Amino acid sequence: MSSDTPTTDGQSAKIEWQSAVVSSIVRQTPTITSYFFRLPQPFAYRAGQHVDVRLTAPDGYSASRSYSIASSPCKMFSDPSAEIELAIERLEEGEVSPFFHAVVQENDEIALRGPLGGHFVWPEKPAGPILLIGSGSGLVPLISMLRHACRTDNDTPVALLLSARTREDVLYRDELIAYEEKLRRFSLRLAITREPPHRDKDFGRRIDAGMLGEVLGDLPAMPAHVFICGSNGFVNIAADGALAAGLPAAAIKTERYGE
Amino acid sequence: MLTRGFSGRKSAQEFVDRIPPGQHLVENFPVLSAGPAPRVDTAEWKFSLKIGPKPVKAWTWAEFNALPQSKWVRDIHCVTTWSKLDTQWEGVTIDDILADADLEAPTEFVLAHSYDGYSTNVPIADLSVGKAMVATKFGGKPLERDHGGPARLLVPHLYFWKSAKWVNGLQFTTRDEAGFWELRGYHMRGDPWREQRYTND
Ligand SMILES: Cc1cc2nc3c(=O)[nH]c(=O)nc-3n(C[C@H](O)[C@H](O)[C@H](O)COP(=O)(O)OP(=O)(O)OC[C@H]3O[C@@H](n4cnc5c(N)ncnc54)[C@H](O)[C@@H]3O)c2cc1C
Repeated sequence: MSSDTPTTDGQSAKIEWQSAVVSSIVRQTPTITSYFFRLPQPFAYRAGQHVDVRLTAPDGYSASRSYSIASSPCKMFSDPSAEIELAIERLEEGEVSPFFHAVVQENDEIALRGPLGGHFVWPEKPAGPILLIGSGSGLVPLISMLRHACRTDNDTPVALLLSARTREDVLYRDELIAYEEKLRRFSLRLAITREPPHRDKDFGRRIDAGMLGEVLGDLPAMPAHVFICGSNGFVNIAADGALAAGLPAAAIKTERYGE
Repeated sequence: MLTRGFSGRKSAQEFVDRIPPGQHLVENFPVLSAGPAPRVDTAEWKFSLKIGPKPVKAWTWAEFNALPQSKWVRDIHCVTTWSKLDTQWEGVTIDDILADADLEAPTEFVLAHSYDGYSTNVPIADLSVGKAMVATKFGGKPLERDHGGPARLLVPHLYFWKSAKWVNGLQFTTRDEAGFWELRGYHMRGDPWREQRYTND
């Protein structure tokens, strides 16, 4: 059975839609752009949770999708009016993500509700080191965790294995590299699949079991929690690799964004 | 509230009455789950029926496959907003499972349990009278591990998290006890036509 604590008891109130205002838009990689939202009804959330976004057409048709929150939850604790950040990857032929990239502008209002999801969340009291594994926009819930960990928890060792096509495609690259330089207990490994890696400790191939073994070596002990997020194919390889490396299934949490 | 500049993808007009609010059609079959997919060997597989803590009957893979097999074509709806039409399933209906155990539903509520520790609650009214099955085949082929193979619950009229993958048992409970996702913010019943996605929707 899973080791996380449920965040609701099935009795909590309905989470209402609100009209969030796009306060700024920042392009992060060739395919991923951040959207910052001001919330009329701010909410506290845990690192790893998501919001649902709903777009409505004049004929009443609506489309909704889930997006993980990229910003750190502790910002909200200190300043409840803080914005939340979503980072959305443009999928060709998609309905919602290309709309964000092509149409959404600052000051637009977008229907949104959250926080949602109570499983893929940073533990309140980590029981040991934490391993994060992500690909592409699968970094989004993980960066919220890292931002949170970097600000609040000063002891938990964290290793991140992040896969991206090229160096340019590494979401939050500068921020990640800065964390690694600043924090000795954080280790970053990139798996770059379509060009040679730039840093010695990075890999120039797709994620595999051997790579996981090396990344585990960056941690002082076996991780107590593993969070894996990305496309389904990626998550399967990473989760099977983690099991093969001897990690218990109950320690591994996954979030799958699509095929 | 209208979204400035949004008109939506107008691809599925002919199927509008089969797509619940807030859902969109997909051709593929996306996978969602909370953790690694367990590997369950059919030689070890067992499906059991319980009333509270008390075991009533259990079936091996061979015994289960000897039960009456039903073939269904159904539309399915995932809470992450995709819907897939005309999916083909084969398996044993809950009615046939109860009949083989010679059991009349002793309570109104059921928890479905899975090999990965997952559970989900479904009232018996949503499982019986031809509403649900334990499926062992999809599209005419053995159900893949990724999609819950060897066997998953199939409750097509509710959001798909209720169709527990890698299912290994049904347990009657006296109260409606929240399962895995229901404890983590998801709706107790999950009717897609009423958009019961999250707690108290
Ligand atoms: C909990 C959770 C958190 C998530 N967090 C993030 C996040 O932080 N960032 C992020 O970028 N994504 C995230 N996602 C994924 C996100 O919810 C969307 O699935 C994603 O943005 C794609 O939506 P879309 O409308 O652009 O594409 P869709 O319209 O859903 O299509 C997806 C793909 O399928 C194809 N397709 C499907 N149907 C059709 C059709 N009828 N016609 C043509 N093509 C079709 C498209 O080619 C496209 O590539 C998350 C998902 C979940 C479940």
